[in-house]
Amino acid sequence: MTLHVDIPEETLSGILAKAFRNTAFVTGFIITVLILVIAVISYLWTPYDVTRLVIADKTQGPSLAHWFGTDHFGRDILSMIMVGARNSIAVALVAVGIGMGVGVPLGAFAAARGGLVDEALMRVNDLVFAFPALLSAIMITAIFGPGAANAIIAIGIFNIPVFARVARAGALAIWPREFILAARASGKSSTQISIEHVLPNIATLLLVQGTIQFALGILAEAGLSYLGLGAQPPMPSWGRMLFDAQTRMVVAPWMAIFPGMAIVITVLGLNLLGDGIADILDPKSRRQR
Amino acid sequence: MTAYLLKRLAISLATLVLASIVVFAVLEILPGDPARLMLGMNASADQVELLRNQMGLNAPLLLRYLNWAGGLVSLDFGRSYTYSVPVMDLVRERLAVSLPLALIALALSTIIAIPVGLFSASRRGRAGDTISMGAAQLGVAVPNFWFALMLIYVFAVWLRLVPAGGFPGWSAGIWPALKSLLLPAVALALPQAAILARVTRSALIEVLNEDYIRTARAKGLPYRTVLWRHALRNAMIPVLTILGLQFAFLLAGTIIIENVFYLPGLGRLVFQAITQRDVIVVESVVMLLVAAVIAVNLVVDLSYAVVDPRLRSRQ
Repeated sequence: MTLHVDIPEETLSGILAKAFRNTAFVTGFIITVLILVIAVISYLWTPYDVTRLVIADKTQGPSLAHWFGTDHFGRDILSMIMVGARNSIAVALVAVGIGMGVGVPLGAFAAARGGLVDEALMRVNDLVFAFPALLSAIMITAIFGPGAANAIIAIGIFNIPVFARVARAGALAIWPREFILAARASGKSSTQISIEHVLPNIATLLLVQGTIQFALGILAEAGLSYLGLGAQPPMPSWGRMLFDAQTRMVVAPWMAIFPGMAIVITVLGLNLLGDGIADILDPKSRRQR
Repeated sequence: MTAYLLKRLAISLATLVLASIVVFAVLEILPGDPARLMLGMNASADQVELLRNQMGLNAPLLLRYLNWAGGLVSLDFGRSYTYSVPVMDLVRERLAVSLPLALIALALSTIIAIPVGLFSASRRGRAGDTISMGAAQLGVAVPNFWFALMLIYVFAVWLRLVPAGGFPGWSAGIWPALKSLLLPAVALALPQAAILARVTRSALIEVLNEDYIRTARAKGLPYRTVLWRHALRNAMIPVLTILGLQFAFLLAGTIIIENVFYLPGLGRLVFQAITQRDVIVVESVVMLLVAAVIAVNLVVDLSYAVVDPRLRSRQ
């Protein structure tokens, strides 16, 4: 007998079959894997060295030698996008990790305790939500100095209340269930119940929120590095490439077009993946489609 | 209702006070001495010390906080270190750019999103729904500053319809000023519209499954009437919530967008002030933005009661 499964358990093969029929999931999954693979390949190989400046080749349009053209230092845009993918993914992923790692225990704790603890945590949440996230991220990077690590912290901090809120709402819906009562009757502490019974039941919610925050993190990182507060040159980043492109739009529009498309495709892939997962695992949202 | 109103008001005020403490504390640890920055690197230690005293930087922490917070309440924000003018004057001048920008963007996104959401929900699963939601999915993924660059390329560089950036000021006439706010507003509005359209659609679909919608249809009301009068009204709560949240996004979005278009707005002011360590300007503008977000969320909370009479009696 399983205690922590409250909906009829679906077999893994059943879920997989459903996943393959879900267009959003399949598209999102393929895009996401593709971007991850490109980021990994960039460690081993890029068409050109992104740190070498070849002034003779500067601002060349797309060609067979340089598929996406070159920038104002003669660097290959495609190679820079590949290396930039690493940076975007690393920043957004670690920021999601921070948000989940701190936010989920906080939210679960608030739901388990209720009362004053819950009220206090939610007020702190309100407080963080009152600050426009990007504004605070700019302040944080201004205090600690620009750079990828501080961009991670700045974005990660704003993931905390998001995950706390989702975990709390999910956990509150689980706590009144019978199987929780049964677990309580068997003498388990509320921490034990939270970990063993509540968390597995809200994992789907957290996974979906995780892909959304991942996508938002990519956008936020691009915004910060566009403002010069993210990864510092010579490390290529998508936002920084767009900043460099802005003043050269008239002579070299490809400098702006391709890095922007990289951002759009990555975010689109992650959002589709999240939507797909929500669709497959949550019967309610499937009904609405 | 009164008790609910008072509770919401008290929570908002408490959040505001807490926010002011956080902002003050954060800027206390911001490296860089404002007095040193104002006088330049060649100033002697004595000169710096004298200015620090004049600026009240040597007073005890609590006293400085109370001074500052008291100033905020009476709308006296102090003087900017770098511009040497009262912060209030700066804010007023910049707000004349940012507020119209944010309002136009908000209006644009609402005007686009609600009809798209309605259209999609009423054609659920059909081609029109798939296409418009696909477009919305794409819109959510587009970074607004990249979209802004593309808009500049097409409409300013290529077609030469609007200026590529800068702001002539309202004194140059309403139309030239509005023209320079048009592209930034569109750039800000698009991602917001995409999100809002998705929320509107799913809220409507939820409502359209309700029994009273079937009843309204069964008694012979035309679909259009049911959609606009019954469904949309009941779907307004999630839509309003998102609208309220988007206001904060819009304000933050202006920081980047105003940088893209070289608009002398509040976002650009605060960004420059942060990089110039003009602490007093940062503090004031951040508090102003936070207060705006809190106020808008309070208004949204209260408007639930207007939209949904059931909430009025329950609270």
